[in-house]
Amino acid sequence: MKKYQNVTIKGTKEGLTLHLDDTCSYSDLKEELDQKLSESSKSQSDKLISVMVQVGNRYLTADQKEELRELIRQKKNLVVDTINSNVITKQEAEAERIAHEVVSIAKIVRSGQVLEVSGDLLLIGDVNPGGTVKAGGNIYILGALKGIAHAGCSGNREAVIAASVMKPSQLRIEECLNRAPDHYPGEDGREMECAYIDENNQITIDRLQALMNIRPNLSKLQGGF
Amino acid sequence: MGEAIVITSGKGGVGKTTTSANVGTALALQGKKVCLVDTDIGLRNLDVVMGLENRIIYDLVDVVEGRCKIHQALVKDKRFEDLLYLLPAAQTSDKNAVSPEQMKVLIDELKQDYDYIVIDCPAGIEQGYRNAVAGADHAIVVTTPEVSAVRDADRIIGLLEKEEGISAPRLIINRIRNHLMKNGDMLDVDEITTHLSIDLIGIVADDDEVIKASNHGEPIALNPNSKASIAYRNIARRILGESVPLQSFEEDQAGMFSKIKKFFGVK
Ligand SMILES: Nc1ncnc2c1ncn2[C@@H]1O[C@H](COP(=O)(O)OP(=O)(O)OP(=O)(O)O)[C@@H](O)[C@H]1O
Ligand SMILES: [Mg+2]
Repeated sequence: MKKYQNVTIKGTKEGLTLHLDDTCSYSDLKEELDQKLSESSKSQSDKLISVMVQVGNRYLTADQKEELRELIRQKKNLVVDTINSNVITKQEAEAERIAHEVVSIAKIVRSGQVLEVSGDLLLIGDVNPGGTVKAGGNIYILGALKGIAHAGCSGNREAVIAASVMKPSQLRIEECLNRAPDHYPGEDGREMECAYIDENNQITIDRLQALMNIRPNLSKLQGGF
Repeated sequence: MGEAIVITSGKGGVGKTTTSANVGTALALQGKKVCLVDTDIGLRNLDVVMGLENRIIYDLVDVVEGRCKIHQALVKDKRFEDLLYLLPAAQTSDKNAVSPEQMKVLIDELKQDYDYIVIDCPAGIEQGYRNAVAGADHAIVVTTPEVSAVRDADRIIGLLEKEEGISAPRLIINRIRNHLMKNGDMLDVDEITTHLSIDLIGIVADDDEVIKASNHGEPIALNPNSKASIAYRNIARRILGESVPLQSFEEDQAGMFSKIKKFFGVK
């Protein structure tokens, strides 16, 4: 007779947590999960109960995750909220690293050129008129921005654009677009500025120092100084 | 073994052909053996500016297609003792008659016999441009002090920087008009060089003598008394590695002065 100990169910305020053992085989796990849920699901109300699944150090493919969700969903009033695993593939890790890394480049982005990175961009140089920089994350330019900058281009409204000299022909953050004024008032100024999407869903330009209040998440330093 | 320099610009009509003719002539005046190559196939005019049109028998396309040997197509400039030659472009074919690979072979062959090969590039960034840069070791970008010309120069510099085997491009600002720069109605030399951030190898004033000389088939560089001629000769010396300071004509100083006044907020 098999001992069933690979699946443990805990009730919490938010719903149920299913702990799935990470040492047994996947098929054993599925079988036992099916059993356990059948026993305990002759449940009280019709209210949907959200379930968090903890799989420990087991790696689940997308198909397997779908299979588990399906299995749990079949027990009438259970819905899987999240599946948490301690492990991801090297590929996923690499993608995550790239999405969060700051890529630094010392170059001039000239007319007709497009420079694109998936994470944050630190450009040491200028973006000339007709040149374009794009980043999945934030864009920081140590130099003059005179062309087009598009931050958060894969869908991040929190992204910001900062430049030593802010004279863009166009700014874009996520889907928001902001054309340059036809004439910049005065020759000087436009130094050390940043752009972000404000509460009215418009791109606003402000002093660089405004960012610490508007986007506190930009600070990655743990603890403080 | 010689060096090949391509003269290019992106935008048309800014002075590539004039620059090629005069820089080539000035290099020959310095005693270097020079071959000018016109790659503007279909719209050749380096031969006209050099006054060598009547002596053309074969052209670049004839050489590439094997109808003649290179030396048969080269036109000698009689004003020089065996120092200055021109390989003319074809007038009847179009730019696709030649490939970049063929151009490279041709330029490499010329480099055996000449100190400098000066390549006149057609306007644009298509096939003609690719042919012209194919065999080049160095590039000189010509612009005028106009926003559109500078924009195209920027584009070309971006392309040249990607080209393997070509050293960092250098800049000539042509057709400078001091009164316009002085009044801030034209980009000034500083603005242009900061914007493009490449080394400046020369500035040439806008000068009617340049046009007259070209129309007579006598490049202005041959005339020792004109300002433009001195400018071209200085460029040739800088190509040879001499450090020649930029000429400071009176008007330039006036230009500087007005800039300083502006800086202090004086009208
Ligand atoms: N410094 C100068 N001062 C006055 N006129 C000039 C100067 N430089 C060039 N020009 C004139 O400008 C016109 C265009 O010059 P040029 O033919 O050399 O340009 P280009 O760049 O070769 O043109 P294309 O793109 O058609 O080949 C000519 O009439 C020439 O005489
Ligand atoms: Mg020309």
